[in-house]
Amino acid sequence: MADLDQFREETRSWLEANCPPEMRQPVEDEADVYWGGRNATFKNEAQKAWFEACVAKGYTVPAWPKEYGGAGLSPAEAKVLREEMARIDARSPLHSFGIWMLGPALLHFGTEGQKQRFLNEIARGEIRWCQGYSEPGSGSDLVSLQTYGDDKGDHWVVDGQKIWTSYADEADWIFCLVRTDKTNKYQGITFMLFDMASQGVSTKPIKLISGSSPFCETFFDSVSVPKSYGEDIPAQVGQVNRGWDVAKYLLGHEREMISATGGVDRPTSLGAVTSRQGELDPVLRAEIAQFDVDALAFTAMSEKFLDEIKVGKAHPAQPNMMKYAGTELNKRRNELLMAAGGSRALEWESEETEGGKPARGWLRTKGNSIEGGTSEVMLNVVAKRILELPGA
Amino acid sequence: MALYYDDDQAMLADSASEFMREEGGIAKQLRHWRDRNCKDGFGHALWEQFGEMGFIGILLSEEDGGLGMGQVEANIVLEEIGANLTPSPFLSSSVLAATALKHGSNDTRGRWLPDLVAGKNVYAVAIDEGPKHRPETIACKAEKSGNGFKLTGKKDFVVYGASAEMIVVAARTSGSDSDADGITLFAVPQDASGMSHDSVRLVDSSMASHITFDGVELDADAVIGDVDGGREVLNAMLRAGRVGAAAEGVGVARGAMDMTVDYLKQRKQFGELIGSFQALQHRAAHLYSEVEIARAVVMKAAQLLDAGSEQAELMISVAKAKVAKAAGLAVREGVQMHGGIGMTDEYDVGLYMKRDRALQEFLGDQYYHAGRVAELSGY
Ligand SMILES: Cc1cc2nc3c(=O)[nH]c(=O)nc-3n(C[C@H](O)[C@H](O)[C@H](O)COP(=O)(O)OP(=O)(O)OC[C@H]3O[C@@H](n4cnc5c(N)ncnc54)[C@H](O)[C@@H]3O)c2cc1C
Repeated sequence: MADLDQFREETRSWLEANCPPEMRQPVEDEADVYWGGRNATFKNEAQKAWFEACVAKGYTVPAWPKEYGGAGLSPAEAKVLREEMARIDARSPLHSFGIWMLGPALLHFGTEGQKQRFLNEIARGEIRWCQGYSEPGSGSDLVSLQTYGDDKGDHWVVDGQKIWTSYADEADWIFCLVRTDKTNKYQGITFMLFDMASQGVSTKPIKLISGSSPFCETFFDSVSVPKSYGEDIPAQVGQVNRGWDVAKYLLGHEREMISATGGVDRPTSLGAVTSRQGELDPVLRAEIAQFDVDALAFTAMSEKFLDEIKVGKAHPAQPNMMKYAGTELNKRRNELLMAAGGSRALEWESEETEGGKPARGWLRTKGNSIEGGTSEVMLNVVAKRILELPGA
Repeated sequence: MALYYDDDQAMLADSASEFMREEGGIAKQLRHWRDRNCKDGFGHALWEQFGEMGFIGILLSEEDGGLGMGQVEANIVLEEIGANLTPSPFLSSSVLAATALKHGSNDTRGRWLPDLVAGKNVYAVAIDEGPKHRPETIACKAEKSGNGFKLTGKKDFVVYGASAEMIVVAARTSGSDSDADGITLFAVPQDASGMSHDSVRLVDSSMASHITFDGVELDADAVIGDVDGGREVLNAMLRAGRVGAAAEGVGVARGAMDMTVDYLKQRKQFGELIGSFQALQHRAAHLYSEVEIARAVVMKAAQLLDAGSEQAELMISVAKAKVAKAAGLAVREGVQMHGGIGMTDEYDVGLYMKRDRALQEFLGDQYYHAGRVAELSGY
């Protein structure tokens, strides 16, 4: 404990010295977020300074080993860092599907060569990744995917289509599920990594109901994927035809990440936020209080879940329950924010709403219970794997 | 009175349904005007067609050029508007403003009604004075000035205000902000000097104004009804407008539900139609039951209103709150049960979610009306 106290002291003074005041404010929109990648630009000097300080210290991925770009923090230390960052509202220095999704899968399934190369690139924000899972005919039933990789000896030729690929048009590389054996449903998928600049890859943005276009249709037209990127750096993670195991493992981490939309480290109650806009109708106030009960309880659950999962004490299917509860809460929160905001919050383009932020934000949250696996799928998994219900 | 349509009403429902589907459909109207960033937010040609169909004057007497029908009939039109997301000033002009004008003098009616009924004019109503609907408090002031009035103050959420040739404004002519009495309604023409609009697009692509009245001079004949006696007329407007908005909400719920149930019968995952999963079947069936209940209470409330019953006030608030819940459920389930495609702009189900959101706020949300249900029930 004494050691942790000391770590807390050190962390506090490091944050004091390195986190600029501009980076100690809640994220307001996409421009406030740094995603890294080949074509990335910083919004301002403060964002750059904060990012670089974190890279140098290993704090873009604090719990990863030092040799892969992390800080090698223990779960307890990583928690202290999270708490100290939350205390001063410090922004996350780097948003990244590499950190949240691919990295954990590589740590678990990757070869030493893959870890050395890809994890370091991710930690330093050099390569931005996108996720090629869903296809037009394969959403909830992901394992039915059809994108096909034809084995040509030293490379595959990949043909097919992905859909809802978030940021495909901005990503440098893709981690992609590709069928390599048509005769075996579960053991016929390979988890491949390849460059989005490869010949034959094209993307077409899809507009969301919130008006922005963060996701795409992604087409593969005879894309040649080399089987190796160098010594001990195969293009696939895990074994060929055994990518489904990797895919599922990654989904656990993705769901853990999305569950945070339910409000880990969200210190203020919704009632405290909404009542700043004026007195609330009594029934709305009661509804918001009910929400606060659920949200504050969920915050405790999130803390418990994160503590447990880092040391292997959580049920392996628990991220599904967390994703379900967290995203449903976030949708409810935004419904109530809209109700509290009244007709002003309906505005789509006005200056007062900074271009319709409340309404667009509210609509975006509707995707939370769809992306990364729908709420229905989450409940199915809980019923099957945790409750072990018959036939489920 | 039976809670189903009589023959005339069923005929009206058929023709309104066919008209909205063919002339007022999503591609032809909502998307068309939205994608062109139309500053009105609706099509004037369609509004003239509303006139030709007789819809505009549905609540007005035959002497005033209307059809002399009741709220049940107006609601029939509104449900079809809702189901097709037809952008039109019907609720503002034909229900709210028309209800106000019915209380006007012969001169007032003669001045404003003929152009309305013909679909030439659009009228708006200015009631709210903040982001939430609280008509109990009205601060916008009209002071005596010469032989008329001088109007000062602000109004919000004036739907289609910038397109309106005339705006019915509820203002205070005596007493303090939260007094029930001392309200007067004014017909303020579009070109009144000292009136300025900040017209903004809303989430559902409709337009609404924040209006500032900076000493707007009005003649005495701008008064609708009696000076200081506007509260009763305002309440009549609110009754009609609220139950009308509820009827439109039933249409929105029906539209979203129909799309969703269709999708459950088309989309396959795990080698089966997703509609074969009991987890979705039960929710779809639950949604159906909520929408049926919502439609029943809207019809009941409209009949009570037409009959002049004392129960109308309560049942209108029940209807507005219940529809908000049922339609909210319909659009949320609609998006969710569509999966990824439900989140796209190209697909229509999200448009229902947007329209529902705006309707929820209009003339009091479910929380406001649940509060009124408590008050009117004496607790
Ligand atoms: C904002 C957003 C971002 C996304 N980003 C990515 C990305 O980066 N990469 C990627 O690969 N994908 C991404 N997705 C896709 C997402 O993973 C899929 O949309 C999701 O898995 C659902 O698949 P679907 O859209 O095909 O819906 P479907 O699977 O067709 O589902 C339709 C409805 O049926 C329900 N359903 C299906 N099966 C069952 C069942 N057995 N029991 C009960 N109900 C069932 C679903 O829950 C849903 O309500 C994203 C989606 C969104 C909305």
